[in-house]
Amino acid sequence: MTASAEAVLEARGISKAFPGVQALDDVSIVLRRGRLTALLGENGAGKSTLMNIVAGVLPPDSGEILLDGSPRQFANPREAREAGIAMIHQELNLVANLTVAENVFLGREPLNRLGFVDVARMHRATAKLLDTLDLPVSPGTPLGRLRVGQQQVVEIAKALSTDARVMIMDEPTSAITEHEIEVLFGIVDKLKQQGVAIAYITHKLEELVRIGDDAVVMRDGKLIDAAPLANLDREQIVRMMVGRAMPERPPRAAAAGDGEALRATKLTLPHPDRPGGFLVKDVDLVARPGEVLGIFGLMGAGRTELLEVIFGLHAKTASGSIRVDGEPANIDSPVAAIAHGLALAPEDRKREGLVLGLSVRENASLASLNRFDRAGFVDERAERGMVDAAVERFRIKTPSADEIVRNLSGGNQQKVILGKWLATQPRVLLLDEPTRGIDVGAKEEIYTLIHELSAAGLAVIVVSSELPEILALADRIMVMCEGRKTAELGRDDADVESLMQAALPAQAAGAPAAGVNA
Amino acid sequence: MNTRQMTVRDWLARSQSLIALLLMVIAMSLLSESFLTAENGLNILRQISVNLCLSIGMTLIILSGGIDLSVGAILALSGAVAAGVLKNGIAIPALDILLQFTVPGAIAAGILTGLLLGWFNGTVITRFRLPPFVATLGMFSIARGLTMLWTGGFPITGLGATFGFIGTGLFLGVPMPVWIGAGLVAVFVVLTRKTRFGRYLYAVGGNERAALLTGLRVNNVKVWVYTLGGGLAGVAGLLVTARLDSAQPNAGLGYELDSIAAVVIGGTSLSGGRGTIMGTVLGCLIIGVLNNGLFLLNVSPFWQQVIKGFVIIAAVAIDKANSKSDDA
Repeated sequence: MTASAEAVLEARGISKAFPGVQALDDVSIVLRRGRLTALLGENGAGKSTLMNIVAGVLPPDSGEILLDGSPRQFANPREAREAGIAMIHQELNLVANLTVAENVFLGREPLNRLGFVDVARMHRATAKLLDTLDLPVSPGTPLGRLRVGQQQVVEIAKALSTDARVMIMDEPTSAITEHEIEVLFGIVDKLKQQGVAIAYITHKLEELVRIGDDAVVMRDGKLIDAAPLANLDREQIVRMMVGRAMPERPPRAAAAGDGEALRATKLTLPHPDRPGGFLVKDVDLVARPGEVLGIFGLMGAGRTELLEVIFGLHAKTASGSIRVDGEPANIDSPVAAIAHGLALAPEDRKREGLVLGLSVRENASLASLNRFDRAGFVDERAERGMVDAAVERFRIKTPSADEIVRNLSGGNQQKVILGKWLATQPRVLLLDEPTRGIDVGAKEEIYTLIHELSAAGLAVIVVSSELPEILALADRIMVMCEGRKTAELGRDDADVESLMQAALPAQAAGAPAAGVNA
Repeated sequence: MNTRQMTVRDWLARSQSLIALLLMVIAMSLLSESFLTAENGLNILRQISVNLCLSIGMTLIILSGGIDLSVGAILALSGAVAAGVLKNGIAIPALDILLQFTVPGAIAAGILTGLLLGWFNGTVITRFRLPPFVATLGMFSIARGLTMLWTGGFPITGLGATFGFIGTGLFLGVPMPVWIGAGLVAVFVVLTRKTRFGRYLYAVGGNERAALLTGLRVNNVKVWVYTLGGGLAGVAGLLVTARLDSAQPNAGLGYELDSIAAVVIGGTSLSGGRGTIMGTVLGCLIIGVLNNGLFLLNVSPFWQQVIKGFVIIAAVAIDKANSKSDDA
């Protein structure tokens, strides 16, 4: 027990209100030298708000921040950073048009004697950082070419490039692969040895066994408990987070039908920039009604692209054939895909799944407005009937169907997307990382919903980079690596080791797979 | 963050254009005796009707996430085409015939010209994935050039009382342009609020990628939006031409900026997906009352421009300040 470890940063009695909600109510926490403090709580508990205040992004309404015992006020993130507080945001704060190196050094570019940016030095330093993070990307690559997960690693590199004494990480592992998580954990260990105090927001409790020291549990803007992790067990934490015991997952009735809702043969998608390269190569897959097919793979394995090809988003470049219900289907656009009974819930909910400025109702009915079309006019009464039913069926927590969807939590936003697609009465549901960035309680609810939908006869395809999620959801698991299908396993034959083995590139197999916890 | 109940603050924020308009009307009434009269009211409404036509179309285009710099030029060509075919008809030398146009025929030709150019805008933007700014800048030049070619650089005048009626006539004591503007407002309020097309418009402007992935025919929506914008510019061209009994080759110069100003003052977001036709109506009224009031107060037209510029900036700045709480 190292409770005596010195406090580097202390937040005392922090309160913060946003219009309509008390985001933080008199919360105090301590971050100690060389220790990782996990901030736990459901979405909306106030963790991110608290950390944004500590990092100077938001001003508190009341309360004070003490750094090394003396009160400090940060007018902006720059001042906080100069005081040694670095933050890795959950929402990526990167500029897509700049290179990786330019992003890492944005605002702190090294200059040469003439006052110009010293590109060579910047690239060298970035290459070194990327190397420690095991991200095989050139510092000169435009950031926009990277996938979300890789961008997240760049965000981490950016925070590491400042010599921080306090490092705040807001769900750094929500979008990166198991391998990168291992690398990140190694870095966390190193930072702790160097005496950096780390605040770590996560929804993945299993990570804490490996890296956590202290825990702070929050709920509805209030501090519920702060204690060394050793004194808490998983169930206690979850109960404090949600304020109730977790519901048991309903037993899964394996009810796979015999038919084939979807059969894809030799799906191939050439790499847009690299001649001869592929994002997806010769992938065959079958989805059956009443069955959940899980697709597991590390980042860059081609999972998202595979779904996009099936959904008709790469009609000009992709090849292969698709059958729906045994009939050949020419899917050359999302419109055609939907006409064939397909539905896709994309990975990036906010950018691709929802029109954030529209209401729950307008989003939920957007895919099925043709059903409510009376001579061009929207039959609002019928529409409301459908949406109200969806809100009830999917237990969407919203003040009303007319609430702007931006104001909903991630889990409820995902449910709106599910509602939107179910209204089209699809036969095949494609879900890309359906619980990314969603809190524990809502995750369970999404799982339950997916199982319900599958039991109702839908063919569901779930893409996920979280092994526990794939294992919990899927009846059959397909593994992808570097664009190819490398394994297909039944639910009972699959375990963490076999899936990871198949997901890792052949030459690297076995090396960093150890330590993955289910 | 949930905003469950609508506070007074929210209401004020939402009604800022209306409040600004009312304050201006009150101020002008106190400053000038001739401002608050039925005659001057109708006068203002008639004066804004051209900008209103353009701004309704511009609202649709901006809601869809685009912009149209060519509406002033389309106005000029549409007016010139209507005036030209009415006065001279169209000669088709190959067949050795001269097509004569009635007034309704000329009106249809003018509107059709606008629709066609707008359709061309939308098609270029969606087919070749050009930024709307560039595509419509091109159209600006094309339509201006065509207008010069069509008119030879001279006004087409002497169009007759029947055609002139739509610009100068009265119906139930109210000028025709006001009726036309009000009718268009009604149609497009319904279109944006009640129809499937309206829903798609907000979705495409709010998040084009999500709209595409939801199976909306995003390109169709956009082509329609620019086509309608062009058609409305055609109507505006008819109003201007009929009012002056003359199609001026330089008609509508700079009108695109006035219509963008009205849309923006009316609270429509330039990034698309947020805004209303009624907001734009308020925006047009604010500009109209400002111009009219400053004129009555004998303020120099040069100062009017300066003041209008500050109003645009202030309107958007207030809008920004009020919506800031959204992204917290």
